[in-house]
Amino acid sequence: MHTTNAVNGANYLTYQGKYKGLLGWIFSTDHKRIGLLYLYSIATMFATGVLLGLAMKFELLAPGKTIMDAQTYNATFTVHGVIMIFMVVVPGLPAVFGNLMMPIMIGAKDVAFPKLNLLSWWLYIAGVVLVLCALLFGSGTPDTGWTFYAPYSFKTGTNLLPAVFGAFVLGFSSILTGLNFLVTIHRLRCPGMKWTKLPLFVWTLYGTAWIQLLATPVVGITLVLVALERVFGVGVFDPALGGDPVLYQHLFWIYSHPAVYIMILPAMGAISEIIPTFSQKHIFGYKAIIASTLAIAFVGYLVWGHHMFTAGMSGTAQYYFSLLTFIVAIPSAIKVFNWISTMYKGSINIQTPFYWAVSFIFVFMVGGLSGLVLGALATDIYVHDTAFVVAHFHYIVFGGTGFAFFAAMHYWFPKIFGRMYDKAWANIGWLVFFIGFLALYSPMFYLGMMGMPRRYYDYLEEFHGGNILSTLGSWVLVTGFIIIVVNLVRSARKGPPAEMNPWHSKTLEWTVTSPPPVLNFEKEPVLGEKDGPYNYD
Amino acid sequence: MAEHQHAHIEHPDMYDPESSKIGMWLFIFTELLLFGGLFIVYSVYRYLNADAFHLAAEELNTFIGAFNTVILLVSSMTIAMSTTALQKGHKKVAIALLVITFLIGIGFLVNKYIEWGVKFSHGIWPGSEQMLNEMSQGEILFFGLYFVMTGLHALHIIVGLIIMGFAMRGVANGKVNAKRPSLLDNCGLYWHLVDLIWIFLFPLFYLIH
Repeated sequence: MHTTNAVNGANYLTYQGKYKGLLGWIFSTDHKRIGLLYLYSIATMFATGVLLGLAMKFELLAPGKTIMDAQTYNATFTVHGVIMIFMVVVPGLPAVFGNLMMPIMIGAKDVAFPKLNLLSWWLYIAGVVLVLCALLFGSGTPDTGWTFYAPYSFKTGTNLLPAVFGAFVLGFSSILTGLNFLVTIHRLRCPGMKWTKLPLFVWTLYGTAWIQLLATPVVGITLVLVALERVFGVGVFDPALGGDPVLYQHLFWIYSHPAVYIMILPAMGAISEIIPTFSQKHIFGYKAIIASTLAIAFVGYLVWGHHMFTAGMSGTAQYYFSLLTFIVAIPSAIKVFNWISTMYKGSINIQTPFYWAVSFIFVFMVGGLSGLVLGALATDIYVHDTAFVVAHFHYIVFGGTGFAFFAAMHYWFPKIFGRMYDKAWANIGWLVFFIGFLALYSPMFYLGMMGMPRRYYDYLEEFHGGNILSTLGSWVLVTGFIIIVVNLVRSARKGPPAEMNPWHSKTLEWTVTSPPPVLNFEKEPVLGEKDGPYNYD
Repeated sequence: MAEHQHAHIEHPDMYDPESSKIGMWLFIFTELLLFGGLFIVYSVYRYLNADAFHLAAEELNTFIGAFNTVILLVSSMTIAMSTTALQKGHKKVAIALLVITFLIGIGFLVNKYIEWGVKFSHGIWPGSEQMLNEMSQGEILFFGLYFVMTGLHALHIIVGLIIMGFAMRGVANGKVNAKRPSLLDNCGLYWHLVDLIWIFLFPLFYLIH
């Protein structure tokens, strides 16, 4: 390419552009640098969310007030939810690994709109700052829960407006990332990269991008209505003026259920890259995984009502939503069978990413099956609004998306930083984290079944045992998290240089140097007839 | 312009009119769903308060609404003509048509200002004493939605005008031309969207009885 000579030899980490130092990062339109910006900002927010979660678990160590009162507890779970949902798991894998890897995986130099990509990150930061304003200034930290349910969201005296507006801005950032990825995947695939040769991570990003694009505006307008309700008293969700708060719940979940698939689809994509690589075998049922990805993206739109079985809904609607909820479980199960079949008779190379991927399958299955308990009408009446829901949700979103994020981190780390981490410490970190995770959330299934409600800072004496185990689990989990972070941060600076393709993978990002050059490829890649992302023979 | 050169080193020859067109269409989808949420709210409350919505709609001035509909449709035509003129290389005609479109957009906002002003002078705005004391719940909802939806639409008109300003500057200084028409094309697409949404808002609020 005519301009590559100017930057030959420099990789994206060391390349000196127009600006120096920090400015060279926060104004860079290079998709890899933007991916790293997202990684650092999301990791910061994740650590903040973890601290809040830790505080909540500490409060629940014993019945009654332990370290905080009821109001503080309400604010803590609200902020924990807003941070973890809107700032961590929704952008999570697409914004970090989608940006870092997707253009290289399809053989492109960058995304379709590099400046828009940078704008997405700036909007993300703006959203974060707005939400932080809600915490630090005004009449108190929001206490509505991350769902901002009406009518409390416009009755509460706390400083909710900036939080709602911040969530709106974060949604806008998410929409622009989705739009950018859709156009990129449509237009910038290298010669020979047919749709049937796209790596599955790219396919799941494609499905995710459609959900980001089509579902996010609905929650956007809903949040605008809540804000207008608060400021002007428009009346649309206020029963005193004829509005219907249940309509708010419908509009909210029309986005927020598909958003669960925004969180989990790219996670499934990352697992679909890791399993074949460490089995050294073609993925089982490539097309079935694509079909199930698109099926999840589509059916996922139609199941929102299962969040509202007890909120007042006709019997017919309940049957419909319950049936569709069972149907949407099928494509997820198909994927699990595909991953396990891929491992069957493969040459399995047990490394840290593989540990994460296999534990992902385990926790994802537990989370998924417990979801069916909530999707069935009769059992939902029994366990709704209990700790059971919290356990299910964290098994899926933390166990699913979170584990996949760590899997992806350990998988692509040598490519991103050009250095290898300490594998022994990485494995220890995984083990401690996994044990902590199980100890933290498993007791909540039991507590919920026994009738312990969620979102209370206090509980009856009979729930004490389970809560002690859960709190101890949170300490173990955080220990694991610290081990992982220290190991990765240290290795990114001082680890031994990584090879070009340490895992012997077949996707395109492993054909370039580690870390990748500024323009990704010295020469535009061309895929021949026999090339493919999983052709290991 | 150093920024431009910098981008050139990193992304040689990234201009792809097809990409920007797809991107614009995708953005239009999101806009449609943004208003789609409001249309759901509207239809639910219309169904529940049919009589009150009927009564409240009598308050609106159908003439101004119809007039705004007509001029907005004309503006969609002029911006489409501007796009065609640019394709044929008639730069001055393209700019003239853009100016006409821009002025019509301003005219629409002026009418909207008059309409809202009349409502305000009658004591009708969200949360006003008049509304809370004298109106039924259905009427409160009607006017609440009226102000939210036409207000959000007016905001889109303003954004459309700003984009049009950039398109005008681009055509004038030659950066937007027959070979690189994307900015003007996309501006036109966006303006059609704004027009289309009004085509739905007009009957919903002014015509259905």
